[in-house]
Amino acid sequence: ESGDPQRTALLLRKAWTLYSVTPLYRFCRGRLRDYARLLSAFIAAERQKGLAVEVGVELDIKVALSSLPELQGSEQDQPAVLVQLSSRSRASPKNSEDKILWSGCFCCVYGDDLSENMPEDFTCLPLFLANGAESYMSVVGNWFQKTFDCIFRRLAISPFNLSWMVAMWAGCKVDKAASAVELVFSVPRLPQPLDISYAIHPEDARALWDTIQKTPGEITQEEVDIFMDCLYSHFHRHFKIRLSATKLVKVSTAIASAHCDGIVKMLHSQYLSGVLMLLTELAISQIQ
Amino acid sequence: HIATSLPLPSERDHLRPRIDLIVFVIDIKSKCSLKNVEASLAYVDGSFFLGKVCFLVTGVGRVNCCSVEINAISKLGEAYSSPVLFCELELEGVRVATAQRLLRMLQICAGLVSGFSALSFNLLMRNSADD
Repeated sequence: ESGDPQRTALLLRKAWTLYSVTPLYRFCRGRLRDYARLLSAFIAAERQKGLAVEVGVELDIKVALSSLPELQGSEQDQPAVLVQLSSRSRASPKNSEDKILWSGCFCCVYGDDLSENMPEDFTCLPLFLANGAESYMSVVGNWFQKTFDCIFRRLAISPFNLSWMVAMWAGCKVDKAASAVELVFSVPRLPQPLDISYAIHPEDARALWDTIQKTPGEITQEEVDIFMDCLYSHFHRHFKIRLSATKLVKVSTAIASAHCDGIVKMLHSQYLSGVLMLLTELAISQIQ
Repeated sequence: HIATSLPLPSERDHLRPRIDLIVFVIDIKSKCSLKNVEASLAYVDGSFFLGKVCFLVTGVGRVNCCSVEINAISKLGEAYSSPVLFCELELEGVRVATAQRLLRMLQICAGLVSGFSALSFNLLMRNSADD
């Protein structure tokens, strides 16, 4: 948990789209500046071709790659790599601040399962977070895939995994007034799409979890099932609707929120590492 | 015959033909369907579990819509000594193949295949699953 909180703060309160990334071949951490230059040239070339261009905007795009050693779980983990695309409009004065157009972060938090038997030339950074326009993601993704022989794939989150997340996060202690625990369900097979939003007072959710969890620090599948069953039967008692027959599509807590399309927002710095560890695990299971 | 849950309504007991095979369908996208099956199992006579019951898991084509843990279903199969089949009903080819499989199982369970009983088939399925 040590390290500059400022740096990891840039991960908070942003909607990140998740990808899994296969290990990078011959990625050299000492060459980050070189990579930034090469990526910059690649982006410029793509823009000449008419790709990755925001209509009507004249921009110089600057690329910066940096290491984020704060985002690491175990000793085996590779420190995270941050990629930022920023711009300075040609029209504005020289001393104005760069605007960040797009951010991407490769990370690995407790990814020992993957990195254990990895040969020397490969760098394991299985989780990728992207924030910004899809067109930039496309260009940056292409460059990394070509340069390091890796594959990016969108990481979706199943209802099964979302229920783990909401059970785990609802049980976390938060000091200041926490936001409600919210679950959004999508009802299948209806002529008009219907979403059901179920909001629970965070204190009630935590109290429920506390009665269920037997060993602090340990969570079992059974405990998660009991937690969800309690929520479902409470809802059924009041509204006569069986939520267990619908699809859980989004969960929100004070710690983080997650959507089944693989979009996550992390809200609490203290639990950042925990959330990333869970996402790393999902990314690794998609790769393997 | 298709039912949404067990027990079957008793009014029709005298009209009902002999039941040779019970297929419990579990939709992997719905936790409710698993709960329903678990509750219905209690109404099945013990003798059926000697080869006349099987579990059919549908919706396996979409891993990302999974609301039920596959492990839990496998454990259910083990607990009731019955085979677990996986399929994706939305794909025609798989649908047809699954139907053919079930039909074949039904023929065996109804005693229509000479030299092969429901129990021997069940043991065969179990041994190959353990490999």
